Amino acid sequence: MELICPAGTPAAFREAVDAGADAVYCGFRDETNARNFPGLNFSRDELRTAIAYARGRKVMTFVAINTFMRAGQEQLWHQAVDDAVALGADAVILADFGLMAYAVERHPQQRLHVSVQASASNADAVRFLVETFAAKRVVLPRTLTIADIARLAKQIDCEIEVFAFGGLCVMAEGRCSLSSYATGKSPNMNGVCSPASHVRYRQDGRELVSELGDYTINRFPAGEAAGYPTLCKGRFDIAEERGYAFEDPVSLDVMDHIEALRAAGVSALKIEGRQRGKAYVAEVVSVMRRALTAGAAERPALVSRLKALSEGQKTTTGAYEKRWR
Amino acid sequence: MTTSMNPSKPALSLGPVYYLWDGPKWRDFYFRIADEAPIGHVTIGEAVCSKRLHFIEPHVAEVIERLENAGKQVSLTSLALVTLERESQLVRGLVRDSCHPIEANDLSALHLLAGRPHSVGPLVNVYNGATARLLASRGATSICLPPELPMASVRGIVTENPGVGFEVFAFGRVPLAISARCAHARSKGLIKDNCQFICREDPDGLTVETLDRQPFLALNGVQTMSHTCQALIQELPELAAAGVSRIRLSPQDCDMAAVALLFDDIIAGTRSPREAQAALAGIYPNKPFSNGFHHGQIGAAWISAETGAEAK
Repeated sequence: MELICPAGTPAAFREAVDAGADAVYCGFRDETNARNFPGLNFSRDELRTAIAYARGRKVMTFVAINTFMRAGQEQLWHQAVDDAVALGADAVILADFGLMAYAVERHPQQRLHVSVQASASNADAVRFLVETFAAKRVVLPRTLTIADIARLAKQIDCEIEVFAFGGLCVMAEGRCSLSSYATGKSPNMNGVCSPASHVRYRQDGRELVSELGDYTINRFPAGEAAGYPTLCKGRFDIAEERGYAFEDPVSLDVMDHIEALRAAGVSALKIEGRQRGKAYVAEVVSVMRRALTAGAAERPALVSRLKALSEGQKTTTGAYEKRWR
Repeated sequence: MTTSMNPSKPALSLGPVYYLWDGPKWRDFYFRIADEAPIGHVTIGEAVCSKRLHFIEPHVAEVIERLENAGKQVSLTSLALVTLERESQLVRGLVRDSCHPIEANDLSALHLLAGRPHSVGPLVNVYNGATARLLASRGATSICLPPELPMASVRGIVTENPGVGFEVFAFGRVPLAISARCAHARSKGLIKDNCQFICREDPDGLTVETLDRQPFLALNGVQTMSHTCQALIQELPELAAAGVSRIRLSPQDCDMAAVALLFDDIIAGTRSPREAQAALAGIYPNKPFSNGFHHGQIGAAWISAETGAEAK
């Protein structure tokens, strides 16, 4: 299985290459990618340099252009695809059908991967993308169990990439406008979820309150570590119950299931975290690389080291196990 | 000439009931729509959760018959999230066996319906004219655009695709997200695989409040909806002028025939938007209205026609 690693900056990109990535994925510094955060992502020149660095070490570069083209502004997305191809991206990762059609028409030789944002969660959906756009690989939404993935892999003529470690969307990716509802900034159109520009913390008595737009996302009593107010990881009241309505502030870690994923027919494991610093990327990539090649005896130690790197140190296998549903 | 240069009055359409209603309630709802609502097109069926199908299945045939006898066009919705083999089989069966048009709400339905006339629902990501064009080339004849689209996008997409009928989500709580996990079951201490159909207890959704007791969202099984009810009322003339051919009303647990009569009056110009808004608040009380998505702002916001400013 390939190891697909995140880079939000040129420095993180080099660290990922050096730490053992098979491919590094990244995006341009604009709304064309789903991690459009201030201070992150690549200019055209930075991407050119990064691709050369990776290629010299036999590492691939995937360029994520995985938001949905806003009507009337398609040129921004078209240019991103044209430039990624011209700069030598080994694959473009796309979510929008209109943009896929553009890429296929203008750049028929370019390898096309389907972003998790396209929400291809079953065999007929993947066939649609393979037959219509000649997609070579699909990144599966975090809605499937390992058994579901194994069954799917047998039915499709397309490589499968899955998320193995890092942040976890609770909702089907690319089909969530919760953040847009609260802030007006759309994950699908603007590439941001729960944007920092709309986050506020305020002290209320002994509690620290985190807010997104006009909404309280959490309240932390004195002594409890305060987390970032990602909307779907907030604490809410439902009738008389108070708690994490959608998901606890956990991150995904399926490294205990490497062999099952390999057996299921997965071609590539993806690490989430383009918003992470270079030190985090270096550490996670290098431990994951060793975990992938390690024997059964060594692996538990590596897996527990990864757990320590997770946000809040609480992890879940998410939808990969049926009971999560 | 594009349709936008020759605006005709849009027709009303009724989206599928997103909630789990008991079979008889579901049937009686459509009987009343058939008898009383000025709606030309009705999409029925289960879009949200495959586990719920048996509640409505015994009544589907009689509902279709009643609606068609009343002169309404009927379509069947496909599931919005298809992950299990059983769910894939359900969509394949629907496409294979149905003699009614199908509204595709996920990519598997788009695949299976290729080359045959169909419609595309609001849960498929159509954000630009190129995507609409691609879907139309594969057989889509009408597309209900995603509720989060601002007017500028609606106008652009419609203008670029004069041969396609476009529909806009004008009334109802907005479907904001869908998950493999059932937050509704989870809120009552259950999991999806053993949910006891608990979402049946909340036929208009289960309110999610912030810790400061501000109503925010609504749970509907695996779907998360807005607390607010999207209400595009003052925007209807603009939508009609842009060439939108259908106005979708999404069923809430209220008198939807009355909602339809009201929207019909607004489209006909026999009732002012301001008057209609007050009447609508009487028909569907206790839920604030929103139109922020349409105006490219916070989705939950209500932008007042007079000032263009956000009202709270």
